[in-house]
Amino acid sequence: MSDRPILELKSVSSSYGKIDALKGISLTVFPGEIVTIIGANGAGKSTTLMTICGIVPLKSGEIFYNGLPIHGKEPDTLAPMGLCQVPEGRRIFPRLKVEDNLEMGAFFRKDQASVAKDMEHVFDLFPVLKDRRKQLGGTLSGGEQQMLAIARSLMSKPKLLLLDEPSLGLAPLIVQKIFNIIKEVNQVDKTTILLVEQNANIALQSASRGYVLETGNIIMEDNAGELLKNPEIRKAYLGE
Amino acid sequence: MIPASKQIWKKYIFALVWFMVLLWPLLGILEDGTIDFGKALTVWMWVAAATFCLLVLYFGYRTRALKRVSAPLSDVGLKLKSASDAIPRPALIMLVFIAAFCFPFFTGRYAQDVAINVLVYICLGLGLNIVIGLAGMLDLGYIAFYGVGAYSYALLSIHYQLSFWLALPVAAFFAAISGCIIGYPTLRMRGDYLAIVTLGFGEIVRIILNNWMSLTNGPNGILGINAPGIYLPQLSGGLSFEHIYLKKLHYLYFVVLFLCIFTIIAVHRLNFSRIGRAWEAIREDETVAELMGVNIFRLKLLAYAMGAVFGGLAGAFFAARMRFVSPESFTFIESAMVLSMVVLGGMGSIPGIILGAMALIVLPEVFREVELYRMLAFGAAMTLMMLFRPKGLIPAKRFGSRSEEREG
Amino acid sequence: MEFFIQQFINGITLGGIYALIALGYTMVYGIIQLINFAHGEFFAAGGYMGVILLSFLASRGFITTHPWLCLGGSLLLAMLYCAMLAMAVEKVAYKPLRHASRLAVLLSALGMSIFLQNGLMLTQGVFDKPYPSIYSQGGFEFGNIVVSYLQIIILGVTIVLLILLNILVYKTRIGKAMRATAQDKIMTSLLGISSNRIISITFALGAGMAAAAGIMVGLYYGSVRYDMGFVPGIKAFAAAVLGGIGNVTGAMIGGLIIGMVEIFGAGYISGQYKDVFAFIILIGVLYFMPTGIMGENVDDTRV
Repeated sequence: MSDRPILELKSVSSSYGKIDALKGISLTVFPGEIVTIIGANGAGKSTTLMTICGIVPLKSGEIFYNGLPIHGKEPDTLAPMGLCQVPEGRRIFPRLKVEDNLEMGAFFRKDQASVAKDMEHVFDLFPVLKDRRKQLGGTLSGGEQQMLAIARSLMSKPKLLLLDEPSLGLAPLIVQKIFNIIKEVNQVDKTTILLVEQNANIALQSASRGYVLETGNIIMEDNAGELLKNPEIRKAYLGE
Repeated sequence: MIPASKQIWKKYIFALVWFMVLLWPLLGILEDGTIDFGKALTVWMWVAAATFCLLVLYFGYRTRALKRVSAPLSDVGLKLKSASDAIPRPALIMLVFIAAFCFPFFTGRYAQDVAINVLVYICLGLGLNIVIGLAGMLDLGYIAFYGVGAYSYALLSIHYQLSFWLALPVAAFFAAISGCIIGYPTLRMRGDYLAIVTLGFGEIVRIILNNWMSLTNGPNGILGINAPGIYLPQLSGGLSFEHIYLKKLHYLYFVVLFLCIFTIIAVHRLNFSRIGRAWEAIREDETVAELMGVNIFRLKLLAYAMGAVFGGLAGAFFAARMRFVSPESFTFIESAMVLSMVVLGGMGSIPGIILGAMALIVLPEVFREVELYRMLAFGAAMTLMMLFRPKGLIPAKRFGSRSEEREG
Repeated sequence: MEFFIQQFINGITLGGIYALIALGYTMVYGIIQLINFAHGEFFAAGGYMGVILLSFLASRGFITTHPWLCLGGSLLLAMLYCAMLAMAVEKVAYKPLRHASRLAVLLSALGMSIFLQNGLMLTQGVFDKPYPSIYSQGGFEFGNIVVSYLQIIILGVTIVLLILLNILVYKTRIGKAMRATAQDKIMTSLLGISSNRIISITFALGAGMAAAAGIMVGLYYGSVRYDMGFVPGIKAFAAAVLGGIGNVTGAMIGGLIIGMVEIFGAGYISGQYKDVFAFIILIGVLYFMPTGIMGENVDDTRV
C-alpha cells in the first residue's frame, strides 16, 4: 500500500432531487485495497458512487482521483482514466449480445488489438459467460447479468472499480462466487475496489476497511475485522 | 471569467463558420452554372452582426458591466408590477372590458379587422388550453375542430338557411363529437405519440374536407354563407321587427367580443371547478389520479370535447364573418400558431394566452414590410422561447409539471 | 395481374424511400426520446441539395458526359450537407433542452421545422424546382408493366444504403455503441462512451439517409418543393412506430409496409385519400400494438 490515496472525498455533499442525500462525507481509498461502505437502504450509498462519477451533481466538497480533482468533470471522462463503476441493478444492455456488452466496456480504449485477449481473460474468470457469449444480455439470469456487468467493467482495465450492491437479489451461492471473483481481481490484477453493500456480512468479510453510512453521514470508519466484531454494528447490520 | 469566455468565443466562431458552410450552397450555387458569394455573404454578415451584438450584451450582463443600465430598468419594472398589483383585480378587468368595448368607436376598419382576428384566436387559444394546459394532453391538430365548426355552420346556412345563433350550438355539438372521435383512440398514448397522432388527425380532417366534393365542394370551398342576423325592433306604426344581417365590421366585432367573453368566463369557471381540478390531477400524475378515483377515460374525453366546443364556436363565427370557407384555412400551420399562442403566452394562464394571441397577430401586422420573413421569425421564436423562457410570457401560477416530463 | 405487379414495383420503390426517412426518426427517438419534427426538412434539404448540384453540373455540361458519376457525387455531397445540418440543429435546438420537459423540446423541434422549411423557401423560392430530365428517360417494358432505369437505380441505391446502415448499426463497434446508448445512456457514459458524440453521429446518419431519400424522390417525381417534407415525414414516422421505435430493422420493414399499403390503397381503394392510409396504420399500431412489429429499442431504465 502506497501513501497517496487513489480516491479521496473531502466533505462531499450532494442532493438527489430535493433530498439532501450526502451531508459532507469524507473517505479515502488506498491503491490495492478493498474498501466497503455499508449502510441501510436509503443511507446514500448509491448516491455516493453516482456523485463520484459525476452523474449526481456535487453540491459542495471535493473529489480527488490519484490526486487529480474530478469533481465537475463529465462522467464519460472517468473510465479512460481507470475509474469504472458497476452500478446498482446490473444495467447490462439487454438487446446486445453478451460479447457486445463486453465490447462496450472496452469501447473507449485506444489499444483495440488487445481487446480480444482481454475478453478471453474475462471469459476465464466467468466461464458461464463464455457459454452464453452470443446470447442477448436480457436473456441471462440475475446472477449471470451481474457477472456480465462486472466483466464488462473489467474490459475497461480499471484501476479503481466501484461496485454498487453486487449481491442484490442474488442467491447466496452466486453471491459467494461473485465475491470470490472480486477478491481474485483485486489480488491478481491489483484493481482497487470500493464496494457499496447492503449485505454487510459478506462485504466486511471481503474488505480490508469499511465505512458505515447512515442517512448521508459517515458514522464509523474502521478495519473490516473490527467492524465485524463491533456489537453496535452486529446489532444494526449483521442481524443479531 | 476570462478562460471561460475564450471558450465561448471559440465556439461562437466555429458556429459562424458552420453556418456559412450550410448557408452558402443554398444561395451561392446557381442554376446557370455560376458561383456567387455575394448573396450568402450579405445574409451571413447580418446574422454575424446581430449575434455578435447579442453575445456582447450577454457578456455585459454576466460580468455585471451593464449593471448601471439594467438596474434602473429592473427597478422600473418592479415599480410597475407593484403598482399593477395594487389595483384590485376586478377594477383592472373592468378597465380592460371598457377599453375593449369602446375600441371600435375610435378605430378604423384595419384596426378592427386585426382586433377581430385577435379575439377569434383568443377563443381558439383558450379552447386549446383546456386540452393542453388543464388536462396536459398535447394536441397538434386542434384546428380540425375550428374547421368542423366552420363547415357545420356553412352547410347549415347554405342548405337549411339556419340562422347563425341557432347554428352555434349545433356547430358546437358537431365539434364536440369530433373531439370525442379524435380523443377516443388517443386516450392511452404517451405524450409524444399523442402529438403526432393528433397532427395526423388534423391532416385527415383537412384531406377529407378537400376531397369530399359532394359535401364540402372540395378545394373550391363554400360560398354565400349568411352573416349573423338580428331582429331590430321598429317602432314606426306598431311594433314590428326588421331582420338585418350584421355584415358591418364593427357589428361583427361585438359578436366576436361577446363570444370571446363567454369563452373566457366559461374557461375560468372550468379552471376552478371540480372538473378542472380533476383535469389538473390527470395532468400532474395520471396513475395517482386514477387511484384516487378520477375516471381518466371520461375526463380526458371531456377535455377534448370541451376544447373542441370552443374551437367550433370560433369556427362558426369565422364562417359567418368571411361568408366563405375552404380547406386552405385549416392547415397544420394554423394549429401550430394556436399552440404557440398557448405555450408562448403561458400555458394555463388566461392573461398569458390573451397576450400570446395579441403578440402573434399584432406583431406580424406591425412588421408588414418584412412579411416574407414572418414564418421564419415565427419558427425561430418558438425555438428561442423554449431555450430561454419555456414557461411562457405570463406563466400560470398553478402550473406544475407532468410526472412523465420530469427527468430523473 | 399486370396492374398488380406494376403496383408492387411502385410500392417497393416508395417503401424504400419511406424506409430511408424512417431511419432518422427511429434512431433519434431511440436515443433521446424526441420526435424530431425537423427531420422532414432534412429530407427536403437533401432533395434541394441534389437539384442545386445537378443543375449546376448540367449547366456546365458534365451531366451529358458523365450522368451517373454526377449523380453519385451529388448524392454523397447532399448526404454530407444534411448530416452537417442535422448536427447543427441538434447542437442548437435540442442539446440545451436535454433535461427540459418533453413539451419544450417538442416545441423547439417544431420551431426548427418551420424555420428550416421557410429558410428553404426564402433561399430557393416557392415554386417547384425541377430535376434534370435526363435521368428519368428510358426503361424496360414487359407488356403493360413499365420499369424505368430510374426506378432500378433508386431501388438499387436504397437497398445498398439500407444494407450498409444495417451492417453499421448491428456489426460495427460504433453501431453497437449507438444501440447501447439508446438502451441506457447513463451506463454508456459510465463506460467512457461520450453520449454527446454518439447522439451527433446518430443525427448525422439519420439525416444522411433522409437526404438520399430526398434526392431520389426529386428524381422520381421530377421536382422538389420547400414543403415536401411535411407529409412524408409523418408517414415515415408512422413507419418507424410500426416497426418498433428505436429499432433500425423495424424502421426498414415499416417503411416498406407503409409504402406498399399506400400504393395498393391508392390503386385499389382510393387515390384521393392515399395519404390517409399511413395515418390509419399509425393510429392502429399505437392503439393495438404500441411496441411495434419488431419491438422497441429505447431506454428501459427510465419510467
